[in-house]
Amino acid sequence: MAVAATTETGARPSRAGRRLSAPAWVGTVPFLGYVAIFLLWPTGIVVVDALKNPNGAWAFSNITELGNPLVRGYFIGSFKLCLISSLLGAVFGAILAYAVASGDPDGTVRRLYLAVSGVLAQFGGVTLAFAFLVVIGPVGLLFHASWFYSFPWGITVIYAYFQIPLMVLVFLPAIDGLKVQWREASENLGASAWQYWRHVGGPLLAPAFLGGTLLLFANALSAFATIWAWENQIAYIVPQQISIALSSEVGLSNVNVADLLALGMVIMVAIVMTGYALLQRRAARWLR
Amino acid sequence: MTSSPVTRTLDGTARAAVEVRLEGLSRHYGPVVALDHLDLILQPGELVALLGPSGCGKTTTLRLLAGLEDADTGHITVAGKDITHVSAAKRDMGMVFQAYSLFPHMTVRQNVAFGLRLRKVGTAERDKRALEMLDLVGLSTQADRYPHQISGGQQQRVALARALAIEPQVLLLDEPLSALDAKVRAQLRDEIRRIQLDVGITTLFVTHDQEEALAIADRVGVMREGRLEQLAPPTEVYSRPATSFVAEFVGLSNRLAGEVRGGEVTVRGCKLPLVEQDVPDGQVVALVRPEAVSLASRAPDSDSGPLTGTVIAITFLGATSRVTVDLGDTRVMAQLPTSEASALAAGSRVVLAIRPDPVLVSADSDPAALAAGEDA
Amino acid sequence: MAAVTALSETPAAESAGRPRGMQARRRRRLNLFRYVVFTVFGLFFLLPLLAMARFSLEGATLGTWSLTAWKQIASYSGTGIPPLISSIEITLELAVITCAVMLVLLVPTMIWVRLRVRWLARTMEFLCLLPLTIPAIALVVGLGEIYNRLQHFSLSALMLFWVYVILALPYAYQALAAGLNAINVETLSEAARSLGASWFTVMMRVIAPNMRQAILNALLLTASLVLGEFTIAYLLLYNNLQVELYSISRNTPNAGVLFSTSLAALLLTFVLLLILSYAGRRRRGRG
Repeated sequence: MAVAATTETGARPSRAGRRLSAPAWVGTVPFLGYVAIFLLWPTGIVVVDALKNPNGAWAFSNITELGNPLVRGYFIGSFKLCLISSLLGAVFGAILAYAVASGDPDGTVRRLYLAVSGVLAQFGGVTLAFAFLVVIGPVGLLFHASWFYSFPWGITVIYAYFQIPLMVLVFLPAIDGLKVQWREASENLGASAWQYWRHVGGPLLAPAFLGGTLLLFANALSAFATIWAWENQIAYIVPQQISIALSSEVGLSNVNVADLLALGMVIMVAIVMTGYALLQRRAARWLR
Repeated sequence: MTSSPVTRTLDGTARAAVEVRLEGLSRHYGPVVALDHLDLILQPGELVALLGPSGCGKTTTLRLLAGLEDADTGHITVAGKDITHVSAAKRDMGMVFQAYSLFPHMTVRQNVAFGLRLRKVGTAERDKRALEMLDLVGLSTQADRYPHQISGGQQQRVALARALAIEPQVLLLDEPLSALDAKVRAQLRDEIRRIQLDVGITTLFVTHDQEEALAIADRVGVMREGRLEQLAPPTEVYSRPATSFVAEFVGLSNRLAGEVRGGEVTVRGCKLPLVEQDVPDGQVVALVRPEAVSLASRAPDSDSGPLTGTVIAITFLGATSRVTVDLGDTRVMAQLPTSEASALAAGSRVVLAIRPDPVLVSADSDPAALAAGEDA
Repeated sequence: MAAVTALSETPAAESAGRPRGMQARRRRRLNLFRYVVFTVFGLFFLLPLLAMARFSLEGATLGTWSLTAWKQIASYSGTGIPPLISSIEITLELAVITCAVMLVLLVPTMIWVRLRVRWLARTMEFLCLLPLTIPAIALVVGLGEIYNRLQHFSLSALMLFWVYVILALPYAYQALAAGLNAINVETLSEAARSLGASWFTVMMRVIAPNMRQAILNALLLTASLVLGEFTIAYLLLYNNLQVELYSISRNTPNAGVLFSTSLAALLLTFVLLLILSYAGRRRRGRG
């Protein structure tokens, strides 16, 4: 009995009983499965098809199509528009975000602007085009603003309409993360407002700002719908070409080249998004 | 109290420590009065601790001195110069915050050198000085780490080094130890005092922990609802509290009914001298420190006297123990050496004695009710 | 020991309610900046919306007002196009389904990963941000095949929800992640577990209720995405709200109903988001 008692406390089996439980990651299978089917699979298809001929054979020569000056022109036009709109959106969005963040955290203004941003960030596309149609279009209020029709200005303003709110949504948490102690400490050490922003506030917000800009860039690339509805500016936008190729109208007749164009876009955006993710990680560490 | 009127700077030259005067400072937030015409003078080189419960105005005082908030009325004078309207950046004070004040994107060295950089000190020179300051706080090996890589206690030391690096006239500490572990707190507290004495800088230290205040201050200012209740050296605040609030906030007190007659108060059969001389005769509540209460003897169960009672609880505090005794109509706490207290057990009958230290009395409220509501 | 001194600024400063001083001045400058910014941006955002509102309220002849465009939302049907209202219905149903699937799919998974499978957190973040990477248009190219097969099950536009969930992942993920970060997930779950709760209870009864605001946020963002989505629906030849509006605009570019419908959708989402922000976590001031 005494012996039994001591061994009881001494040697317990290393496994606490025989539980038939699956490893924890099994719980993520539904999600992973879903994503695999509806995201990874189509992307995979695009990538693979891009490198094949219409009859199914591997044809890396498709890549040389990218060298086609017409195609290049489309990419460059896309790039330019997205760059300008994302820079503008980032700067103005940051300013607006700062204005919102520096107010009462529970106040009406903040709630209002956040709700507005939430709505407008998503409502690209057709609705927006209509809205601007009525402001600028043939019977619009600002009809004579002919500069608006010259590329890329008109479309950039339209893009700003949803780029700025998106920037506010993305950048606001970063500004919120700026601790008041940093401002006070730097003031106490002798820094003026300008010096604070230059040495402390600026560097701390930089990753989030750059990340936001990149996100805006990716978003702009994908904002196909807006273009489609704004019929005038057909040329110079890659997504346009892809849809034309898809519907086998005028344009590149080879559907695999449509894939290639899609691939080109995916690569462009993938690079941008990786940069974004890295920057966000840095920003999150400082501003948690 | 030793206060050298000279502040030692980094290059060894002596600089006169400065006097700080706060006169008539008031501040309100809407209907709430945070500070009510506060007057406070910090002698050159001294460390004054402001002590009090949340909302008493101690932090407000500090922030007004730092320039981070504006006073509604009053003047602030440092070394004879009125700085009430000088911006915070130009006040030449070093401040240590409670937490989170290190810049996360800079290394420890860069943090400490930041103030020097703003003053356009050359790179080599400011690196050298930064390292000297880090040496002073014992962290020169961590110079190239980032704030998130060092512990809370180390962060506060860096904050101290950063504040001192600019050789300020005044050092301000806003509850710098509150966010730290107990053990680190005690260590750091002593170090802060050591450094402060070494550098000789006039310092204002805000805390809600009375042990901290008593341990390191030259003078302690106990605050309550925007006013200073008492400003005196620690021993005086402890043993000769000016008001019952001070007596209760600083250290523990037994509230016992007594009667004043002829300049003395009789508490449960013991005659005790008074802290204040001119107290009118009558019924009062006397505040008796637990360490003034001792064990006279054990008592047989049948005995009863004004100081005879039953032990209810014994709290082990290390070298001393606190024993709570039920005297029938009230409870009393005694602080005894543990060797004595260990001989007792709950339920033992004891006879207490009260050492004739001067006590504070107040004529307010019903002593019995207070005694009933008091908790060990 | 506070002696009342004579030295103090005139009480007038106190009673005037306008404290002079550095910090007060700085705050006033900041407020000025804020008002300017809000006015400018407010106008920028408001202008097209006001213009739309005005157009939607225009009557038959210039200068008159009428609510026709708004009433038409329920009944409009151009030549050869199915009535507007059916596409609205479909879109709203799509929004509900997408939100439901998103809720069931993402919330438990995120909490689970956070609690028990932390090594997957990075991967999950990457996967959730990936849809932003892949332009809808490219997604369509790849999805074409899958949807061909799906068509065998149903021709309804409601099939779009499969891909809408993917599209909304980045926004929902960000909103939910912010919610998770704001609460101390580990401590809460440990406390609940020590009281005997199962993992399911921890997730559903302990964590999720504390993320209410974030969940609502995520749902709202998802819903507004569905309401505004055009590209994929159009290219996969489905007829949702935006596609329908586009078709109408092809034929009757100035139909008032275009503006009234768009405005209605926008306003609906806006009001919902606003209500949400009040219904969520109420933050008290510094305690």
